Amino acid sequence: MHQKSLSELAAGLRAGEFTSESLTSHFLDRIKRLDGELNSVVTLTEAQALQAAREADQRIAAGNAGPLTGIPFLHKDIFCTEGIRTSCGSRMLDNFEAPYDATVSEKLKQAGAVMLGKTNMDEFAMGSSNETSFYGPVKNPWDRERVPGGSSGGSAAAVAARLAPIATGTDTGGSIRQPAALCGITGLKPTYGRVSRYGMIAFASSLDQGGPFAGSAADAAVLLQAMAGFDPRDSTSLDRPVDDYTAGLEQDLDGLVIGLPKEFFDEGLDTEVRAVMEAAVDEYRKLGATVKEISLPNSGLSVPVYYVVAPAECSSNLSRMDGVRFGHRCENPKDLDDLYTRSRGEGFGAEVKRRIMIGTYALSAGYYDAYYLKAQQIRRLIRDDFVKAFEDVDVIMGPTSPTTAFKLGEKADDPVTMYLSDIYTIAVNLAGLPGMSIPAGLVNGLPVGLQLIGNYFEEGRLLNVAHRYQQVTDWHTQRPAGYA
Amino acid sequence: MEWEVVIGLEIHAQLSTTSKIFSGASTAYGAEPNTQACAVDLGLPGVLPVLNEKVVELAARFGLATHSTVAKRSVFARKNYFYPDLPKGYQISQFELPIVHEGYIDIDLDDDTTRRIGITRAHLEEDAGKSLHEGFVGETGIDLNRAGTPLLEIVSEPDMRSAKQAVAYMKKIHALVRYLDICDGNMQEGSFRCDANVSIRPKGQKEFGTRTEIKNINSFRFVERAINFEVERQIDVIEGGGKIVQETRLYDSDRDETRPMRSKEEANDYRYFPDPDLLPVILDDDFIESVRKTLPELPEAKRERFISEYGLSHRDAVVLTSSREMADYFERATETSGGEGKLAANWVSGELSGLLNREGIDIDASPVTAEQLGGLLKRISDNTISGKIAKQVFEAMCQGEGDADTVIEKKGLKQITDSGAIEKLVREVLDRNPKQVEQYRGGQEKLLGFFVGQVMKATQGKANPGEVNKILKQLLSGD
Repeated sequence: MHQKSLSELAAGLRAGEFTSESLTSHFLDRIKRLDGELNSVVTLTEAQALQAAREADQRIAAGNAGPLTGIPFLHKDIFCTEGIRTSCGSRMLDNFEAPYDATVSEKLKQAGAVMLGKTNMDEFAMGSSNETSFYGPVKNPWDRERVPGGSSGGSAAAVAARLAPIATGTDTGGSIRQPAALCGITGLKPTYGRVSRYGMIAFASSLDQGGPFAGSAADAAVLLQAMAGFDPRDSTSLDRPVDDYTAGLEQDLDGLVIGLPKEFFDEGLDTEVRAVMEAAVDEYRKLGATVKEISLPNSGLSVPVYYVVAPAECSSNLSRMDGVRFGHRCENPKDLDDLYTRSRGEGFGAEVKRRIMIGTYALSAGYYDAYYLKAQQIRRLIRDDFVKAFEDVDVIMGPTSPTTAFKLGEKADDPVTMYLSDIYTIAVNLAGLPGMSIPAGLVNGLPVGLQLIGNYFEEGRLLNVAHRYQQVTDWHTQRPAGYA
Repeated sequence: MEWEVVIGLEIHAQLSTTSKIFSGASTAYGAEPNTQACAVDLGLPGVLPVLNEKVVELAARFGLATHSTVAKRSVFARKNYFYPDLPKGYQISQFELPIVHEGYIDIDLDDDTTRRIGITRAHLEEDAGKSLHEGFVGETGIDLNRAGTPLLEIVSEPDMRSAKQAVAYMKKIHALVRYLDICDGNMQEGSFRCDANVSIRPKGQKEFGTRTEIKNINSFRFVERAINFEVERQIDVIEGGGKIVQETRLYDSDRDETRPMRSKEEANDYRYFPDPDLLPVILDDDFIESVRKTLPELPEAKRERFISEYGLSHRDAVVLTSSREMADYFERATETSGGEGKLAANWVSGELSGLLNREGIDIDASPVTAEQLGGLLKRISDNTISGKIAKQVFEAMCQGEGDADTVIEKKGLKQITDSGAIEKLVREVLDRNPKQVEQYRGGQEKLLGFFVGQVMKATQGKANPGEVNKILKQLLSGD
């Protein structure tokens, strides 16, 4: 049952082949049985899930079910969920129960989707390996000595292991696409402003964007459809109608122009990953696409720009975690300074502290112009590169990650090497474009992700381009051993 | 050494909106602690601010009324610092690109001249909450009801040269925001308060001295006292060979002194940067023009109109336009009186103001309404009562004894103007005082006042004084 696609599951529910309750129980059992080692779920909401499933069953019986009604999903623990802990992978919020639902949580609830629980993640979404979580690292189901990627590692690993058919994620510098690549699943980061950030705990507000994880582009389309849309509670949300993502999936790719940025295929790229990219591009040629080499001359500056902008914003965003109103508070504070210093010192992990310090430095008087302002100027240049490229091409392709999943601990002590795992994904966030990762091959038994980058609001196009590829290849149906 | 005082004010005016600047919570004053703070005001993880559009309009009104530029593009920025009553660890304010910049107002000085005070900028920001120390032992309470209340921070140029000028400027801005209906001006509730930047320099020197900032002063009287204290202190320090330290000080009204404040954070680096949660505020000409159309008649225009329409003196016109409420009161009283503008001006700035000052109440709460006062003035102008009797009637009206006609009727205060009746009274007085009549006729004409007094006494002041005089003179000389 757990290998079925969303359309198969929805059809089965409607036909009465199984109920949402039994489907939900099936996935809950899988989580209980298989997640001990993976550690992808930090909060299992069994009772609420079964209750929601029964309500969904009534709705299905009443004939007003949507495509997600009764479908179980896992929710990244960065989205606030009323009455259920939202930890953001941090000791700081280990005791935090939001009194409200994030817009995405609310939309999925309204769609009748059944939340199984909340997934593990890098602390406050800061990391590329899921090793910074207060709840311990998540293991990659393809090789449990390896990382699943991050920061949405729990959601990606869970979908790869079929502990849920779909899951939510967030992507600030690659946090959906990189774990999707490393876990061999489909993940999409929408255009900035397409999915509401209300109730999604902020890491870097100008970059954060929620999006779907799924087993295929077709399934991702269904989940994205439910997540996307204008939200008056988020001023950066865009008031523009949402395309019908499923309707456009089958569109022909004849005449599609694919741009391959030469900067994404330089010496930093693993040769075997490069071979996978070339094979994928050949498939697209067969589907009628033409290929063009393009240049994104400023993309090489993405990582340094990102590591000024994101920490600067996070240093401010995380100031509210002060031990005063919610979250971790130290024992017996002597005075106000002690309350702040120890609550934050104890509540945050090393990577979060590192970024708060980098960001605080970058915004400080005397450094602001040299770092933050300069970074914002370069950011504009990076965006302009993409705008120019999209004058000639329909979609940009390249690797999602320079390597396949690396070993746990391998990069944990070397932040700069870790930061470089997002070298191909970060520019997309800086430009605010939609990006996607789909499985395109295996190297030494580990998945390789193909990244698709679209023009603004062309999520539908990306899903279409991914879907056509998945119709002629079977990389997205490969499952890690032991999770079939 | 002769010193020159240099003062600039930062005025915080709470904008009159029913909901907060970035959330839907109510801004009503005086609720139980933390009952008017929603998830956004509490700064819970995940919440986002959404701009209350009303504040943009109110700020634009202020900009247009002060000859300022209303920015086509302004940007909200985060001012980062840690304090328990600042829920997010930053205050959303405007930094590099405020919504209003570069304007001025003219203040009226005691010598009937005016002085132009530059307005550097006015920017929108959210208020913080309140730390409560009373009733807590070893702890501090936090009330976040005020967190997120919209403020317009109005920053002046350092154009004031005395505490008196600073007060005049503050009063002028206070009157203006109330004229514009953008702030209720309630200083007790903290809706209107200011920080004063004060420095001194030797007279004739161009460069400014080191300034100190006196925080959160919430009355006109305290502004004057705080600045005067601070000026004296600075002179003492410098003349004693010391140096002024740039710092934030607090004015303690009980002790009438300023003293250094515990700094909000040791290092004062607010790490301002544009708030990525909010879009820049973009205004077009149509919007600005539509706001301009909503502007009421402003104090200067009203003052000129009062001078030309009612023939008031400049001084009277300045006083009567010092608040919108007083100007409205004056105009309503004038109308009811049948156009007795000058008389109304005398009464409003005389008897009525005296009463309000004595009772310590605002003109809005006056026990005598503008219409009632107008009714009284009408009876003076039609000679029903004399000015002197009118004061008596006014007192009765203050006591709630009804309008002028009721009081005049009830107390029988109607002026006696019938010459036959007055002549009868005069004759009685002369008959009773033959000795004085003799003396008067013998050349002691000063005694006329004595006779007038006697007649008035006999009529309890109701006799028309002109008529009494005329008849007395006639009888005393003719008989």
